[in-house]
Amino acid sequence: MNVIILGCGRSGATIAVQLSSRGHNVTLVERNPESLRRLGRTYPCRIVIGDGLDEDILKKAGIESADAFLAMTRGDNTNLMAAQIVQRKYKVARIAVKVADPMRADAYRNLGLFCINASALIAGMCRDWLQGVDYDTIDTYNVLAPELQEA
Amino acid sequence: MYLVLVGGGHVGLQLAKRLVARGHELLVLEKDSRQAQRLSNILGEEYVMHGDGCELHTQKSAGFNRADVVVAVTGEDEDNLVVCQLAKEVWNVERVLSRVNDPDHEEIFREIGIDHTVSATGIIFTLLEQQLQGDEIVPVGALHKGEVEVVESVLTHRSPLVGRRASEVNLPPGTSIVYLVRDGVGTAVTGETEFRAGDVVVTLVPTTRAEDLRTALTTPH
Repeated sequence: MNVIILGCGRSGATIAVQLSSRGHNVTLVERNPESLRRLGRTYPCRIVIGDGLDEDILKKAGIESADAFLAMTRGDNTNLMAAQIVQRKYKVARIAVKVADPMRADAYRNLGLFCINASALIAGMCRDWLQGVDYDTIDTYNVLAPELQEA
Repeated sequence: MYLVLVGGGHVGLQLAKRLVARGHELLVLEKDSRQAQRLSNILGEEYVMHGDGCELHTQKSAGFNRADVVVAVTGEDEDNLVVCQLAKEVWNVERVLSRVNDPDHEEIFREIGIDHTVSATGIIFTLLEQQLQGDEIVPVGALHKGEVEVVESVLTHRSPLVGRRASEVNLPPGTSIVYLVRDGVGTAVTGETEFRAGDVVVTLVPTTRAEDLRTALTTPH
């Protein structure tokens, strides 16, 4: 699978390494060359240095033949905007967006984007672990907690 | 009329000053607390709220649900996009307007339904082009998702239009000269209008015919 990952933070770098070692064709887009240290001494994938909201950079990364796009920067809005460019203009089949703000993740899920909210996953899994409940699927954790809905 | 302005930098402040002076009900959202304090001192604290305009709970306390207009003028296109998209989709704000810093981003704003964007870079670039190319036609706007262009051109003495009436000139199909500025005075163009050298004409043209129009306006027979 041709996968483009935006952002070489902790999550981006980890997914890049894992997908590469499983034989996928990964390209990582990152603005700051310093962040590439997270990949270790030898880079497991192709790297494009530049701004993920710049379509020239996305094309250089191979967006036109990408099967999946993972927006993993620490900027929720950057991720949401990049994902929508990729979804609407380049029709990439599978798109995942990291969104740290649970409310924003929920709003954009309602607009049809697959938004992953780390705090919901962590809270839900810790809750089940603590209560000795068997783990469930990602979709049961990746939702806005009802307790937060009126916050 | 209740307006919410997101982003209290230079653009936001200058805009807010003028809107307040005209007596509009207005709130400026600024996420940096020191800048928000500065804005309060200048505009009056009733006009300013400290908070991130991209967050739903901030939007809620700012009263997005009763806003007539939401304007996003931060320096970051991704922030402006999210503000406007949430204003439209979550709060059903009727009119949203966004500053777009990189003109290349106007396309995605349009694509997700934010039709009103302003790009200072784009405007300055168009004006520059106008200065640089004497007998060119200069796009000044677009209609119907970019399928129709509004173009402006100055008729030189070489133009085949000069000395002829609007009803007599040959233009590409679907094209219409609608307005004319002569000696600083604007008038609507009718079939009777006779063109002169130095006239500035405004034409509506299908984007696919823009090149033909250039030839029609500038190339002597």
